[in-house]
Amino acid sequence: MSTRNEHAIDPKREARNYALNLTALLILTLITVGASYIDFGQGNIVIALAIATVKATLVALFFMHLAHDRPVNGLIAVAGFIFLGLFLLFDFLDVTSRRDPNPQNLAPTVVQTAPPAGAPAAQTAAPAAPAAAPAGGAKKE
Amino acid sequence: MEHTLTHGTAAGEHPKPAKNYLNETTGVWSWMTTIDHKRIGIMYLIGVSTAFGIGGTFALLVRLALLNPQHTLFGKHWVDAEMYNRFFTMHGVVMVFLFIIPSIPASLANFVLPLMLGARDVAFPRLNLASLYLWVIGAVLGISTMIMGGVDTGWTFYTPYSATTSAPLVIMLMAAFILGFSSIFTGLNFIATVHKLRAPGMGWFDMPLFIWGIYATGIIQIMATPVLAITLVLLMIERTFQIGIFDSRFGGDPVLFQHFFWFYSHPAVYIMILPGMAIISELIPTFSRKTIFGYRAIAYSSVSLALLSFLVWGHHLFVAGESDLANVVFSGLTFLVALPSGVKVFNWLSTMYKGNISFETPMLYALNFLVLFTIGGLTGIFFSTLAVDIHLTDTYFVVAHFHYVMMGGTAIAFFGGLHYWWPKMTGKMYNEFWGRLAAVLVLIGFNVTFMSQFIMGGRGMPRRYFNYLDQFAPMHMYSTIGSWILAVAFIMMAINLLASLKFGAQAPANPWGGTTMEWLTDSPPITHNFHEQPVLEHEPYDYRHREVTHV
Amino acid sequence: MSTTTVDLHSGPHGEGEVHDPHQQHHYTTMEQQFDTSKIGMWLFLATEVLTFGGLFAGFGLMQNRYPREFIEAHEHLQRLAGATNTIVLLVSSFTMVLAVLAAKTNQGAKAARYLWMTVACAGIFMCIKAYEYNHKFEEGLLPGYFYHHKGDLVAGSHGYATFFSFYFMMTGLHGLHVLIGMVLLGWLAVRAKRGDFSSAYYTPVDLIGLFWHLVDMIWIYLFPLYYLIK
Repeated sequence: MSTRNEHAIDPKREARNYALNLTALLILTLITVGASYIDFGQGNIVIALAIATVKATLVALFFMHLAHDRPVNGLIAVAGFIFLGLFLLFDFLDVTSRRDPNPQNLAPTVVQTAPPAGAPAAQTAAPAAPAAAPAGGAKKE
Repeated sequence: MEHTLTHGTAAGEHPKPAKNYLNETTGVWSWMTTIDHKRIGIMYLIGVSTAFGIGGTFALLVRLALLNPQHTLFGKHWVDAEMYNRFFTMHGVVMVFLFIIPSIPASLANFVLPLMLGARDVAFPRLNLASLYLWVIGAVLGISTMIMGGVDTGWTFYTPYSATTSAPLVIMLMAAFILGFSSIFTGLNFIATVHKLRAPGMGWFDMPLFIWGIYATGIIQIMATPVLAITLVLLMIERTFQIGIFDSRFGGDPVLFQHFFWFYSHPAVYIMILPGMAIISELIPTFSRKTIFGYRAIAYSSVSLALLSFLVWGHHLFVAGESDLANVVFSGLTFLVALPSGVKVFNWLSTMYKGNISFETPMLYALNFLVLFTIGGLTGIFFSTLAVDIHLTDTYFVVAHFHYVMMGGTAIAFFGGLHYWWPKMTGKMYNEFWGRLAAVLVLIGFNVTFMSQFIMGGRGMPRRYFNYLDQFAPMHMYSTIGSWILAVAFIMMAINLLASLKFGAQAPANPWGGTTMEWLTDSPPITHNFHEQPVLEHEPYDYRHREVTHV
Repeated sequence: MSTTTVDLHSGPHGEGEVHDPHQQHHYTTMEQQFDTSKIGMWLFLATEVLTFGGLFAGFGLMQNRYPREFIEAHEHLQRLAGATNTIVLLVSSFTMVLAVLAAKTNQGAKAARYLWMTVACAGIFMCIKAYEYNHKFEEGLLPGYFYHHKGDLVAGSHGYATFFSFYFMMTGLHGLHVLIGMVLLGWLAVRAKRGDFSSAYYTPVDLIGLFWHLVDMIWIYLFPLYYLIK
């Protein structure tokens, strides 16, 4: 069946490699948990994701055998992550670059409501709320 | 080099076998439990054709509701705005999810792809059957929402309305979810088949271009549809648990829904058009009796179209509240995605140039495609231009644009392919006269329906609006009349095809003089597809030494 | 050119060829069938990456929207439980790949043992998960509409409910995959003990192993993003 590997399988060596892989993964887990107790500011998320990516790569290459498999399988795996990356990239591009849509070059409008005797001074409306304008019938529909 | 196609399975070497895939086993159970890709393709064909009829009926209702500004028929009011919303929603949902996305891959490609590759079946025949069952379940669920009061959100299910409406939305979302997996399994099957089940002698660049198109479609089906699945799940959970991702009442972002939705739905439109283009790449060389011009260009453009399609979804959000930076980036990328389509159109035209062209029904549909898809594609460029999009978006201009590409493109190509492979699938020849007449009527009816929509949209008529100003009344009327012409044309086409089953002439193995492997086997094929394993010994579309046998 | 060598004389059955009983009629060699199955499984795994990826994206975008609430909310997650679960799943991946190796080298009984060990690890994972969930229920840290925790810093903000909505959705979907995996692995173990697998045919073990590693991989990303981010 898998004629490529049959003559080359040495179960003991394979098992040893798997054990080494597991050890690496466990060490990386300890590191990432340890790193989470130290405050690196913005660096925390980068470190955590970087270590997670290394672990995922080790799982993919050695437990999932991508390192010795036909290239098409690795291509499919990578493609999935690339398309996910595109989704994240453009979404974050959008949400992090949104600006206040209201005009920035107008002076804030001051709305004088008729103050009752002794009441506090007139309120100012926010610049983005021309709803107080008397001509606007633009009530909430 | 010997210009024969294969060892010993050329047409005529075997007498027409008494048993073929249609009659080898009989009974409903044998069809319901089949793993034969041909039978599955036929069942899908019946399914998607029925869906086209249902979606088309809703379209007629939509157009009828807009026949005049008073919404009357013979003086009687018969529809209100609420009902109208449900009409256009069901039209969209049925046409998009039940018809156009599965149409070519699941029906025609299911039948033809293994034959073209010289294979006995697809890679995973049982998965193929599962895909069919999922389609049926999704179809039943989706259509059942009609009797539960109907969904009125539009097929795009935008929040916040979709998060709050009392319509039976969860059922509809589940239907779309299930249909998504049907699509994924189809794409998965085809990709694996193309990688591993090609005939001896058939390298990647010896495959028919139809295969390249279906392969590229499969890439999109795998990579995009899961995001739709999770989007629908998130919406379902938003409705039931109020989690606050899409609904601003709970801190969510409605624009985020649009990002999630269009990340799938834009590549989805390429799931729709790539198979259509794939068919055209078959029809044009066959009916021009000429080798395709620019084989590699068309092959590469198919795959690059699939990949580029993932970079442009934000152009559906230009006026939704997307940031200026994202708008500009998506606009630029959208210009880019037009290039591969242009490459194909020029290559097809160059193929026809100095070819020996004949005008059978499939070729008429191919020519229809060239005209209508070009118009649709070019009007797409209007929308990638940010400044123009602001005025045209959400008007009838965009409605006309997408109907030109989806219907004038994919549906037309589907009908062309249907006629092209009809003799192979059924063993019968349809009547050419009625076939051609229907094709011409489709062209006329289509343009009457949708050119008037371009005009209306350019003048400001918004889409999905029930009420409209009197100034748009003439165009609406023309559009509705056009829909009636289309209906007549499609009924004519359907009757012609169905009548051929009873009255049609016997089809030879290769009625059109095609050079691809499906024409080597009988019409209809035996269950095992080929009597002996075909081997490819020539380049694709080799017309240098063809003998053309016409019926 | 074509990557498979095909014997032109291996036609339909009855021509004297001895087929492996597992070989399906449209394949010409077992190797072709195995390679195709693998491609099929990797394509399916790609869809899983994008499904969970969509949830990760939603979580990331909501974190961007409610940074303070999300950071405060994650303090309620039990880091030790999460870390233990991470280790448990990594070990289960190890036992899984040993099971594949055993099946590949004609050691059915050994494969069955490793498969049961994998199931056991999965069971431990689910138990720890149940313990964590119980803690959340007690504290009122529930998804969306059901969130009723007291004492949040940013009073009245929806961000906390959203965090826990995503927490339950993602760990829930992941947990569902663990449960499905347990059933599949148990079925494989029964078959392995029965002697169904050998060096000529071990495809199901290999493919379900790939699925299991993906389940592990999802947790590898889930754990730091939910439990460890500051």
